[in-house]
Amino acid sequence: MQQYFHSVRLDEEKCKGCTNCIKHCPTEAIRVRKGKARIIEERCIDCGECIRICPNQAKLAITDCLEKLKDFKYTVALPAPSFYGQFKPEVTPSRVLSALLALGFHDVFEVALAAEAVSWAIRHYMEVCVDRPRPLISSACPAVVRLIQVRFPSLLEHIIPIESPMEIAGRMAREQACRKTGLEPDEIGTFFITPCPAKVTEVKQPSEGRSSVDGAISMAVVYGALLKRLEMPAPYPVAPRASGVGIGWGRAGGENEAIKAGSLLAVDGIHSVISVLEEIERGGLTDIDYLEAQACTGGCIGGPLVPQNPFVARVRMGNLVKLYSAGEPGDFPRDFDYYRLKTPIPARPALTLAKDPQVALARLEEAERICAELPGLDCGSCGSPSCRALAEDIVQGYARRSYCIFELRERLQQLAEEMVELAQKQPPAMGRDWKQTRDGGGETD
Amino acid sequence: MQLKFQVKGMDFSRAGQAATKIKKALQLAGMDPATMRKAIIIAYEAEMNIVIHAYHGTLTANITPHKVEIIAEDVGPGIPDIPLAMQEGYSTAPPHIREMGFGAGMGLPNIKKSADELDIQSEVNKGTKLWAAVFNN
Repeated sequence: MQQYFHSVRLDEEKCKGCTNCIKHCPTEAIRVRKGKARIIEERCIDCGECIRICPNQAKLAITDCLEKLKDFKYTVALPAPSFYGQFKPEVTPSRVLSALLALGFHDVFEVALAAEAVSWAIRHYMEVCVDRPRPLISSACPAVVRLIQVRFPSLLEHIIPIESPMEIAGRMAREQACRKTGLEPDEIGTFFITPCPAKVTEVKQPSEGRSSVDGAISMAVVYGALLKRLEMPAPYPVAPRASGVGIGWGRAGGENEAIKAGSLLAVDGIHSVISVLEEIERGGLTDIDYLEAQACTGGCIGGPLVPQNPFVARVRMGNLVKLYSAGEPGDFPRDFDYYRLKTPIPARPALTLAKDPQVALARLEEAERICAELPGLDCGSCGSPSCRALAEDIVQGYARRSYCIFELRERLQQLAEEMVELAQKQPPAMGRDWKQTRDGGGETD
Repeated sequence: MQLKFQVKGMDFSRAGQAATKIKKALQLAGMDPATMRKAIIIAYEAEMNIVIHAYHGTLTANITPHKVEIIAEDVGPGIPDIPLAMQEGYSTAPPHIREMGFGAGMGLPNIKKSADELDIQSEVNKGTKLWAAVFNN
């Protein structure tokens, strides 16, 4: 079995071996070898940037299919808050939820509702644990959490030890279904309707034990299937229970709007997230209490598996937040332990040059030397994202100096010059001028 | 191994870049996250001190498996009273620097908190040499 599960995969047939993806990967996790992009498993954080950038649609996200519903006696759909923003204004949340039932789910539990509960837990934690290092960082975006595990391990203690709204939704949904049906917990299947591959990975490979969610189905797939069923009568009427507070979590800034306490910072887009994390790492932003950080620009509505344009979705979501702003706070457990992350999130030191620090340092020195000699054009033709990355690959034995086409060209040129020079040399027997010199003779050029 | 960077006074557009490069090197070398964090804070604050207060200087990192040394040497006004400069909130940064969000008087105190060993030598109107060490456990 492989060490890490990844939702982000490569379609070998479609990949042309271009270098677009290697340049955009925030953890430098892709190399092009033998004309195909290869993902370095321990570095990949499933953010989906490569899916977005690939001009050949060769990067895809593995998600569960609707067929998997058949594996369970009773199934509950867990629509992400961002799902509501995908439809025209006349398609109300209530119609969306009904259509999910028409699609084959037995029940629906809104993740937005769990998001309200998690907002309460975050507020509670901030009030009680004033001695924790600031700023606390949201645990909701799994791509950001994994980014911290790989690139910012010293910031792991900043991540708020609270489960994500999806995990909480899965747990609440199962408890509710058990009460309703009298079935065993194992007979109930909970399915997250996901805007991104990172959530799929969170379900398949949770940071602790087993996920409360049994499957993750791409939002784009559900959207397509749902459009045909919007007019169909639902088996029974369902009304949305979540208020604007929870629905708003689907867009950037929504989490902070729901928390409404302390000094809050929201950042979205993986590269912007990285620059803010760098600032925290060097001791900055201690005046901020909480950081909402989302890998996708615009928040979850900007996810790689989301059908609607994120700017359109943002407006629609804003209108829904206003429409449901008067909603009563939902009924959820007011016990912090219900939400607490049980085990600490481990570091994933995938960027070190060697396990032994002595060897790593020697390799680092060598990489510095090689990097200084490489042309510094970062062209990507070697299959590594930059000259620096190539130097690091070389010292680890993953690449060779000759992979650099500029160095190769230079060496060929030198060789060609030498060949021309050699070609001009002829043995005297083949007709070259022979001059007798005073000290005994020899060839002169 | 040694990494050395030139730092220019008042060059805020590139401020922090040397510290970022040191961080990347520490990560590649597989340093403990806690060591890394302390060394980044020292390197960044020391780099910023040169940018804010000095004319120019160098930031050096000496990395071994057991220890990271950060050395910041500058040509500048120097520090007349080092114990005073070590106090939290004490700053000689002019108002326009404070308006940029720097010069809160936390530079040296933050370095002191993060360093396992620290030595500062300064001569008024000549410059300052800061030496800090973090042990990698």
